[in-house]
Amino acid sequence: MRQRCPQGHRYRDRLRFLVPIGLMALVLGVQAWLATPVMAADGPTRGGTMNIIVQPEPPILQLGLNQQAPTQMVAGKIYQGLLTYDQKLNPLPSLAKSWDISPDGLTYTFHLQEGVKWHDGKPFTAKDVVFSTTKFLPEVHPRARASFAHCETITAPDDHTVVFKLKEPFPSFLYAFEVSAAPIVPAHIYEGTDFRNNPANATPIGTGPFKLQEWVKGSFIHLVRNDDYYKPGRPYLDGIYFRVIPDAASRALALESGQVDESQYNDIEPFDVASLKKAPNLEMTTAGYEFDAPVSWIEINHRVKPLDDKRFRQALMYAIDRDFIRDKIWFGLGRVATGPVNSRTRQFEPDVPKYSKDLAKARALLDDMGLKPDANGVRTHLRFLVMPYGETWQRLAEFIKVSLRQIGVDITLENTDVAGWVQKVSNWDFDLTSNFLYQYGDPALGVSRTYVSSNIRKGVMFSNTMGYSNPKVDDLFAAAAKENDPVKRQAAYSEMQRLVVEDVPVVWLLEMEFPTFVNKKFKNVITTGLGVIDSYDEVFMVKP
Amino acid sequence: MAGLARFFGGRLIKAVAILFAIVVMNFLLVHAAPGDPATVMAGEAGAGDAQFVAQLREQFGLDRPLVVQLGTYIGHVSTGDLGFSYRQQKPVWELLVQRLPATLVLTASAFALALVLGIGLGTLAAVHAGTLRDGAITVLALLAYATPIYWIGLMLILLFSVRLGWLPAFGYETVGAGLTGIAHLADIAKHMVLPVATLGLFYMAVYARLTRASIQEVRDMDFVKTARAKGLRESTVVFRHILRNAILPVITVAGVQAGQLIGGSILIETVFAWPGIGRLAFEAVLQRDYQVLLGIFFISSVMVIVFNIVTDLIYSLIDPRIDLAS
Repeated sequence: MRQRCPQGHRYRDRLRFLVPIGLMALVLGVQAWLATPVMAADGPTRGGTMNIIVQPEPPILQLGLNQQAPTQMVAGKIYQGLLTYDQKLNPLPSLAKSWDISPDGLTYTFHLQEGVKWHDGKPFTAKDVVFSTTKFLPEVHPRARASFAHCETITAPDDHTVVFKLKEPFPSFLYAFEVSAAPIVPAHIYEGTDFRNNPANATPIGTGPFKLQEWVKGSFIHLVRNDDYYKPGRPYLDGIYFRVIPDAASRALALESGQVDESQYNDIEPFDVASLKKAPNLEMTTAGYEFDAPVSWIEINHRVKPLDDKRFRQALMYAIDRDFIRDKIWFGLGRVATGPVNSRTRQFEPDVPKYSKDLAKARALLDDMGLKPDANGVRTHLRFLVMPYGETWQRLAEFIKVSLRQIGVDITLENTDVAGWVQKVSNWDFDLTSNFLYQYGDPALGVSRTYVSSNIRKGVMFSNTMGYSNPKVDDLFAAAAKENDPVKRQAAYSEMQRLVVEDVPVVWLLEMEFPTFVNKKFKNVITTGLGVIDSYDEVFMVKP
Repeated sequence: MAGLARFFGGRLIKAVAILFAIVVMNFLLVHAAPGDPATVMAGEAGAGDAQFVAQLREQFGLDRPLVVQLGTYIGHVSTGDLGFSYRQQKPVWELLVQRLPATLVLTASAFALALVLGIGLGTLAAVHAGTLRDGAITVLALLAYATPIYWIGLMLILLFSVRLGWLPAFGYETVGAGLTGIAHLADIAKHMVLPVATLGLFYMAVYARLTRASIQEVRDMDFVKTARAKGLRESTVVFRHILRNAILPVITVAGVQAGQLIGGSILIETVFAWPGIGRLAFEAVLQRDYQVLLGIFFISSVMVIVFNIVTDLIYSLIDPRIDLAS
């Protein structure tokens, strides 16, 4: 989902040109970072309101308590993290204006922006960061709980400095600070309260460029400009309406007719993308999902015979035409995945064993196992739990059923809804299903959780639900996560990827891409690797 | 009068008993579905650990035995408290009250439109049975009845919003326009045209077909011949004699459908992004938001019971032979 914009637009080109300059400025220790990708000519001006599709409607907007994608998208304009990341996953300033890492990789010092205020007017200080990372997030946020468990101490030597001292080196730590992984919440509102039941959760108070004005459930969420935002003259927009439009076909029509200005993630079904790309008022990009970088796969329950046999899993890999899946089911969105790490994620290793469609090889592997076809040509029967995330996944399941029948694997499709799917998969009550997980920029944050045996935990979704276990892989993940030397770290991760691809714990399908449609009236919309989640303090509307 | 009071008293006692049974059954039914709100939220978060799910279950009160949860729920409902949606962090009443007006406005208008048009067209068709007019109405009704409702909705959007640009495609009002008074009402009315037409068309078809069939049965009866023989004008015969006798089955069906006004518009609310209660119910099912779902079930049950009583009253008004008091 996070490919560069194929048809390089003007402002995007400027962005590419400016990012290196920006990085230089950073290195030189220039404090006032002005991430201004567009210059004067058709320059940004104040004013304008953007209408963005949000679907499904978020349950609440307290980003620490809820991290589903729609919540991130809306609350990412209200709350901020210490950092954000560009499309090559280099860290950029957000609430932290600069940072230093000690050579031993144990001390991370963040220097905070000055003059930042909470939406209720109280000053934002290092105390809020310490409270968020030591008390609030470890209590309520699973990902943050894991990240900050690496810390020995988190302290604030002064109002604008925060020091994280780690127990041992954890070089992925720098990737744990974007707004959804570690949203900074106000200590003066939450300190000493029951975080989950605090009435203030209904009226989120952040530091971001937009404030919550009104939320009419089932209809829209209205954010308005934060006039006290710490960047002078920002944001440009007067406000953003997030519109709840539950029907996919209606969403496409709303974009086409100009009633909404932006869609993202799965808002538009892949089969509608081609026709919407032709709409004269819209621009489509797949950039801005570099940090999420999901990989989709067929999830395999290794506790079920014959799925415990590596040869069987390899046969599945050879039996499925993944180019077809990309071209005909996802209509060209995405890249065929080569292994556990998305090529946009850090530490990706391209040199791994390759599997392309080869039915003869697949059958030979099954013969080798002694799985002989019966009179009907069936070698074994398996269940496939269809992931209830829309029509495309249903089509995928049907294609897999047909593909596997060709090598004598008879599939029964089972349907359920989200609650049923999570219940079954997390309790290991499945043979095969499909799934996709975000990688959060770094294998230690988003990849290892799927493959290490220490994360085989019944009842927990998005853990190692397959029950895959390879002690060598476990050791390599563990060693790489705390390896401070980048060369040695890459070596460990590369070795891990070769081993995992050989084992085929899951049948990787695609490095997924999501289409983001933006009305051409709006510029600077997708500028970072967080894309639609980012703060939008640079977005502006061109005058008609 | 005493008879009528006895009628209402009897119905009320029955209603309470029925409601109690419905609440218990609904409660057990929704808890029988696989997964719970905590599972759903863990699934949506894209990441999780055991502590996350355990904390949610504790917060939602799902860690207590089912019987205890049921007892608590009935206790709350009997005092008029429909509970709290932990997912949305709001009392269920507040959520329902926010969404109820949009649905009622939509379904009541569609219902009224369908009744008037349906009975009108059905009568017209029956009176002119066998003619071209009858054929046209019958075909129209059949088409409206048989075409998937969401497809009609989408086609209307495509034509009137995207191609012609006459009407807004979705929503309840122009968001952010800051309209007040008459302008605001006009704005809502404009947004209502397409969804009301779509939903109304379907029900209209039902009533038209029913009216036509029923009139054809009545029109040849002896009392109609008598009325004609008396030399009454044809319109009087049709409206006072035929229609009044033919309309009871239509009222029965309308009474049943009126009870479903709250939940019957999920598809329309979805296609037109109408912020109503049907969608709230649908989402609550997927999210296992038990309290919200039970609250909606409860309100719908009350509606059905109320409309049953109202239907009985209307029977007795139209047909004096039906006496509620006895």
